[in-house]
Amino acid sequence: MDNSPVKNVRWRDKTAIVDVVGDIDLHHSTALQTELIDVLSEKPELMIVNLVGVSYMDSSGVASLVKLLSRSRRLEIPLKLVSLQDRVRSIFEITRLDTVFQIFDTEEQAME
Amino acid sequence: METMAGQPPQALAETEAKIKTAREGKWKFMEPLMSELTDQSLQIKILSDPAALGEVRRKVELFACRMGFDADAAGKVTLAVDEALTNIIRHAYGDRADKPIEIELIDRAGELSITLRDYGCVVPKEKIHSRELDDVRPGGLGVYIISECMDCVEYQSAEGGGTLLVMKKRVTQREEQNNG
Repeated sequence: MDNSPVKNVRWRDKTAIVDVVGDIDLHHSTALQTELIDVLSEKPELMIVNLVGVSYMDSSGVASLVKLLSRSRRLEIPLKLVSLQDRVRSIFEITRLDTVFQIFDTEEQAME
Repeated sequence: METMAGQPPQALAETEAKIKTAREGKWKFMEPLMSELTDQSLQIKILSDPAALGEVRRKVELFACRMGFDADAAGKVTLAVDEALTNIIRHAYGDRADKPIEIELIDRAGELSITLRDYGCVVPKEKIHSRELDDVRPGGLGVYIISECMDCVEYQSAEGGGTLLVMKKRVTQREEQNNG
């Protein structure tokens, strides 16, 4: 899918690393949610969402990630977000979801 | 008489009409339907298609920066407009993509005044509220984000139906000094 916000899914052993790109707003959040949940359904031992390629996110994008977090908790699969640009980190701080998600600067830190 | 593809002429005409409508629609959604920029104001008219949000954000952020907001504040203004438009598309227009929205930004001597006008369902004021942040679930954050990003937010019933959302934010003294 050309306009897919998920650029790539990489596997390191049983860890799924998902590269997300673009602006995640109402136009793309539903596709993002569907594609992330598809990856989660493959039951990785750890799921990392790399947001370095995301320059903008609004509450609909955040809502997609909250839904993913909820599902990952039910499946007991740890979910970690990495490499948030300042602007994306800002919306997590405004909504205080930076205390709910596990957020790391790099993939290596998330995998430790 | 049938066409080579086996379609009767009437069906073919209907198909062509649909394609024409889709093309016109796509053209409209590639850019806001209309935007007009002056020294003190920016007016944008769009249809309620989420595909238009990116272009609106770019125009709003540019206007806010030009007014003197720093990058962080201009980003918050842009986020507030995006969240307000998202609420209009989802709640006032029930996710329909073909309804009009008018956006106006005015620079009133360092205070940015933004109005968003829709013609959709009026959501009762008492139902426009954010949820508790401790209640971690998808959705319900837009109203809270708008109030955090702007100095003043007011929902009004618009003459002729629909809602007028008025939001204001002032350029801070620090930003003014940095600019000049």
